[in-house]
Amino acid sequence: MAQIVPLIILIPALGAFINIFWGSRLKEDQSALVGIFASSGAFIIALLLYFNLLSTNYQEAIINPFFFDSWIRVGAENLEIPWQMRVDTLSVTMMLVITGVGTLIHVYARGYMHGDPLFSRFFAYLNMFLAFMLVLVTGNNLLMLFVGWEGVGLMSYLLIGFWFSKPKGEGYQNANAARKAFIANRVGDFGLLMAMFLSFWTFGTLDFFKPGEVINPNYQTGAAFGGAYGDSYDDHGAEDDHGDEHSAIPGTNFVLTSNLAVEEPVPGEGGEEAHGEEHGTDAAIAANPAFPDNSHLTMEQMGMFGQAERIIAEQEASGEVRMVQFGPFEMRFGVVITIITLFMLLGASGKSAQIPLFVWLPDAMAGPTPVSALIHAATMVTAGVYMMVRSNTFFHYAELTSFIVAIIGMTTALMAGFIAMGQWDIKRVLAYSTVSQLGFMVTAVGVHAYVPAMFHLVTHAFFKALLFLGSGSVIHGVEHGHHHAHEHGHGDDHGHDDHHEDDFDPQDMRNMGGLYTKMPITFFTYLIGTLALAGIYPFAGFWSKDEILADSWVIGVTEGGLKGLSGYLALVVLLVAAGFTAFYMWRQIELVFFGKPRTEAAENAPESSWWMLVPLIVLAFFSLTLGAMNQPGTHRFAIWIEYSALHAHASTFLILLALIALSFGIGGIVLAARIYGRDKGLVDGKDALEANPQTARFFNAANARLWWDDAYFAVFINPFIRAGKFLADRLDWKFLHDDFHDAITHGFQRLGKTLARPVDQGAIDGTVLGIGRLAQWAGGRMRRPQNGYVRTYAVILFSGAILVLIFLLIPLFGN
Amino acid sequence: MLPPSPVEVEAFVILSFVLFVIGTLGVILRKNAILVFMSVELMLNAGNLALVAFARQWSNIDGQLFVFFVMTVAAAEVAVGLALIVAIFRTKHSINIDELHQLEG
Amino acid sequence: MFDDLSIVTLTLFLPIIGMTILMFMDEEQEGTIKWTAFGFTIATFLSSLLIWVGYDNSVAELQMVQQWNWFTFGEFEVNYYVGVDGLSLLLVILTTFIMPLATLSSFDSGVIKERGRSKLYYMFLLLLEWAMLGVFVVQDLFVFYVFWEISLVPMYFLIGIWGGEERRYASIKFFLYTMAGSLLMLIAILFVGIQAGTFTLPGEAGILAQLDSGAIEFAWNPEARFVSAQSLLFLGFFIAFAIKVPVWPLHSWLPDAHVQAPTAGSVILAGVLLKMGTYGMVRFNLAMFPEASVYFAPAIAVLAVIGIIYGAWVSYAQTDVKKLVAYSSISHLGFVVLGIFALNASGISGGTLQMVNHGISTGGLFLLVGMLYERRHTKALDAFGGVWKLMPVYGGISLVVVLSSMGLPGLNGFVGEFVILLGSYGSQVLGAVFTLFAAAGVILAAIYMLHMYQKVYLGEPTDDEHILAEYTPLNWREIAVMIPILIAVILIGLRPAPFFATMDASVGALVEDKLEVAIDEALNPEEGVAAADLVIEETD
Repeated sequence: MAQIVPLIILIPALGAFINIFWGSRLKEDQSALVGIFASSGAFIIALLLYFNLLSTNYQEAIINPFFFDSWIRVGAENLEIPWQMRVDTLSVTMMLVITGVGTLIHVYARGYMHGDPLFSRFFAYLNMFLAFMLVLVTGNNLLMLFVGWEGVGLMSYLLIGFWFSKPKGEGYQNANAARKAFIANRVGDFGLLMAMFLSFWTFGTLDFFKPGEVINPNYQTGAAFGGAYGDSYDDHGAEDDHGDEHSAIPGTNFVLTSNLAVEEPVPGEGGEEAHGEEHGTDAAIAANPAFPDNSHLTMEQMGMFGQAERIIAEQEASGEVRMVQFGPFEMRFGVVITIITLFMLLGASGKSAQIPLFVWLPDAMAGPTPVSALIHAATMVTAGVYMMVRSNTFFHYAELTSFIVAIIGMTTALMAGFIAMGQWDIKRVLAYSTVSQLGFMVTAVGVHAYVPAMFHLVTHAFFKALLFLGSGSVIHGVEHGHHHAHEHGHGDDHGHDDHHEDDFDPQDMRNMGGLYTKMPITFFTYLIGTLALAGIYPFAGFWSKDEILADSWVIGVTEGGLKGLSGYLALVVLLVAAGFTAFYMWRQIELVFFGKPRTEAAENAPESSWWMLVPLIVLAFFSLTLGAMNQPGTHRFAIWIEYSALHAHASTFLILLALIALSFGIGGIVLAARIYGRDKGLVDGKDALEANPQTARFFNAANARLWWDDAYFAVFINPFIRAGKFLADRLDWKFLHDDFHDAITHGFQRLGKTLARPVDQGAIDGTVLGIGRLAQWAGGRMRRPQNGYVRTYAVILFSGAILVLIFLLIPLFGN
Repeated sequence: MLPPSPVEVEAFVILSFVLFVIGTLGVILRKNAILVFMSVELMLNAGNLALVAFARQWSNIDGQLFVFFVMTVAAAEVAVGLALIVAIFRTKHSINIDELHQLEG
Repeated sequence: MFDDLSIVTLTLFLPIIGMTILMFMDEEQEGTIKWTAFGFTIATFLSSLLIWVGYDNSVAELQMVQQWNWFTFGEFEVNYYVGVDGLSLLLVILTTFIMPLATLSSFDSGVIKERGRSKLYYMFLLLLEWAMLGVFVVQDLFVFYVFWEISLVPMYFLIGIWGGEERRYASIKFFLYTMAGSLLMLIAILFVGIQAGTFTLPGEAGILAQLDSGAIEFAWNPEARFVSAQSLLFLGFFIAFAIKVPVWPLHSWLPDAHVQAPTAGSVILAGVLLKMGTYGMVRFNLAMFPEASVYFAPAIAVLAVIGIIYGAWVSYAQTDVKKLVAYSSISHLGFVVLGIFALNASGISGGTLQMVNHGISTGGLFLLVGMLYERRHTKALDAFGGVWKLMPVYGGISLVVVLSSMGLPGLNGFVGEFVILLGSYGSQVLGAVFTLFAAAGVILAAIYMLHMYQKVYLGEPTDDEHILAEYTPLNWREIAVMIPILIAVILIGLRPAPFFATMDASVGALVEDKLEVAIDEALNPEEGVAAADLVIEETD
């Protein structure tokens, strides 16, 4: 059954090919249908894989696609990187999110892109993006992940620069944004490349896992294992056997000893645990009696994670430090893992827009809104988080890296949240919000909360896609309203190219206001998205964000050293960031939907078409309900993830912490409502905060995006360009090409001239010319007898004959 | 085998030499192309005479054969030579060889 | 004599037969001349495919060999000795693959119409193909040198007659540079031949390294033993190849030659001619002088890495499209050289594959620039903008080739770069620092390529009607030229395994029999005798 997984890539790829090669001949609806069918086809495959996993008790599968079975294979070096796909709970989670949200966005794009001259190309790109994204998540080795990784980067490049030929230099700006995105990502990709080289020379393979390997020895997969749900604490217990020093204290103990006094244990916690333990033990024995773990495999038969686990276990058992040989020098294994993970972090900070590489994401909003929703909010930007969760074995053991990851994540979350408060562009606010939320996920990875990271990834994909699509709907409405107001009665009001003839910016929130009545459905769905993002009970974001906070707290309490520090720091910083989140989102709601319309465009904004509204409603539904999939107590999602991630564990629900987090969220909303509510948001075209001299400084800093771009220009980009010019014009052309060669040539010429006079002209030329002159002189002499008279010739002939005769006769006389 | 000749071979050689010298002087000194031509014939026949005389002297048929060969070549030469002279006369209206010196180097 | 004709010989001589036929054709019949030339390049390509079909991947030695004695002087033999192994086969196919495209791309070339003498032009193309194939298949040093020098002549004339404004300067510079290098090689070849008594590689010349790695004792300083005969010979060959590649800082003939050459000339120059240098490094430097290779590898790798970064950086600052692509070649070939001097299997395999990749993608880029030049008669970056909108098919094709050149995974360039970098990382003689800097070149590649793509293809098109009218859509012939390139780009990107399999055995033999032995000796000097003369610098 899992054999169908290549189709999930082939179907979108096929859709893309149809639209690329025949798109110009297809009508708009046909193009859209191809795209939507391809996307939903992939979604159906993902669903099938999901049910297959459920029915086979999470039996992961490794599939070699037909024909593309091998990719890079250098026999002489034992380098073997196959095209190999992986179906397990982690990859299927990503597949469902990608294809599910993707399909909705395809439907939405049918409405949003209506009338665009490159309509079919847009759908081709979207499909191609899905294909690459699915390569990324289904790949069973780092390099395949990398193919998808760069592939989605490419599609992101193309889609950000989709309107590359807009007039008045706007197209060029779009292309700039696209290039910026690609290059920032390339810097990250460089990190991932280096991580791959290190991994290969450490483990001899880039495969995550090899066929036959048990991923999580505590969670046996396969048909024999019936009752699926073991609780996480059982997981920890089993990990103890495995020699894992980091295993957490069993949950009940923790709840009792924690400073955060929880009056009563979470309902079902204790019972759940006993229940889980029972099942877990059963599982370990019953699942795969022959091979409960990987001890029967040799190192070569395991992928890099399995090998790392074993090396670490051996190191801890024997106390010896294992050295890894790299060419002429060697390193300790622990150091190697730290370096690998640091390089991975660089990769992740490129793709998932973390400090220091996040600067591309806000600019990426130059792309059409469906692109922002699909690529720059829901799927592609989460690839870094996915990669880190996939590599949880490495990150779990690399303490230093985890600390750095947490610091980077929380700093990003806070910083981006702060910047978002000072933006006017409706999509830019959401973009910084995305950066901030990705910071939450990365922090979660840093505090070893892999399940919450994935959980937040999934819920965020839905509500952020919802918000982006909602903002697209608003922009669309305002644009049409603008058009309606200014060019009333002028034929076709579609097509985005001709909307920018004047300087009206339909994305500027100052041009909106009061859209609540004009676009009611958009408003309500947007509100749901906002509440979910702000983490308000019972929306999805509440549950996922809370889990990250709870796990930070847990690690802070239970662990010492860097880990504990990172946990406490994360808790504090993320709470503040959550407050920021609620604040800037409610500011947006107030500026966009409430108050009075501030422009004619907003006055006349119509509600969008059903193509766009239906996806909004569906996404809103999931934003409301998705928290249910990982409710405290059952932790279905946690268990689901644990089958693919050894170090994943369900988090604890701490009611007091949840209340605190909720209060931060509500506090942010209330504050924003007080400042921006009732049309007080804009004072003379200035933000309320900007108008207030006490807060103006902060607003201006946020509005200037904390000068990140300026700093990059000053420190990296301008010097790079200047140095490039210097190298090219001065060093290479002027010096190496011209001066240097002139010097050589001139030197050569001068040498030649010095040699020329005496040697060449005197001796050599003299000789040669002398011979010539001699011949000439001789010829002049010889031509004298040639006077043309036959008689002369006859005389000479006879004289000659006589001379010959005499010569012949001399011997006779001699005798 | 032929009977020995009553005349000594020296006489033939002297005659041949005289004829040859006459021919040579004719070639060198005469201006008329026809006469030069005839002088050449005279030289050839001087040679023929010598060949025949020596062939007789040594009772060897080769010399006599050679004479026929020379006569054939002479005939051919006459044909070509006269044609040339006619051609020259047509263009130059003269067969004075002193007026022909286009070959001057 | 001909009953045992090897397919390699046939392939080698097809172009020269074609040239001879062209010689007797009427200059006026341009159509026939073009198609005859094209037909012969296609026939050569098919014939080279037959070589590949008949090639046995599991054998490391030369295959389909053919040996005739050419002449003997004194006790030295010079043999016509041809054959292919895994290292040369791919380059033979690259050559025969690029030539039909270069020929086809010249059919409507404006510069040929303007300067005339099209018969001579196509004859030079075929002569060039013959010479290049000869370089790749002959296994005799003497004959190799002959082919090496012959290849200069047609290229000299292609640039000199049908080139751009400064064609004289460029062609003479190209000729002199390469000549200067090859003279050193000639000395080295003569030395090897005289020492070994033969010029034929599989004979004693090939194992000269083992015979003579002792030091030359200089009369004035007998202590200076580090200058071994092997090192001198190594340098003699290396400098010749390094100029051809070109390795930084010997590259300054390249921008001139590339920019001034006609399109087909640039394509062949970048596509094949430069590979003669890198091929020579593998075939002669590594195989004949393994110990000297170990000794010099770090230094050469430093040059390669400088070339990677320098080429990319300088490329970014160019204002001429063709020059930009030319400088990118320096960067790309830096990768190849780095891979070769990683001295392990993945480095050499990756390097060899990257030679092919670079030939395809940079050749493709030159073809694309040529198409643009035919329309606009300018190569200045600033003169373009929004071309993708004006010529959608052209823009799409260019995108794929540009991406391939900057190493997008799934396309050919990435596979080579990845395996090279992987090899350099695990190399016994290099190490992570080299890889770190070289991999930074991957970032720079994106910077300059996207810069070019944005300047030329994106943005708002001009509104000057005269200029707009010049952007005519691609014709069938131009599309036909690009399709094989696209196929190769995607095919090698997705399924490079057959290409690696072709060279596995040969590369494996080279590494195991020679390089690893030399590396072992160098790293454990007390065990080896010969290695006493070599000082290996620790790199980290």
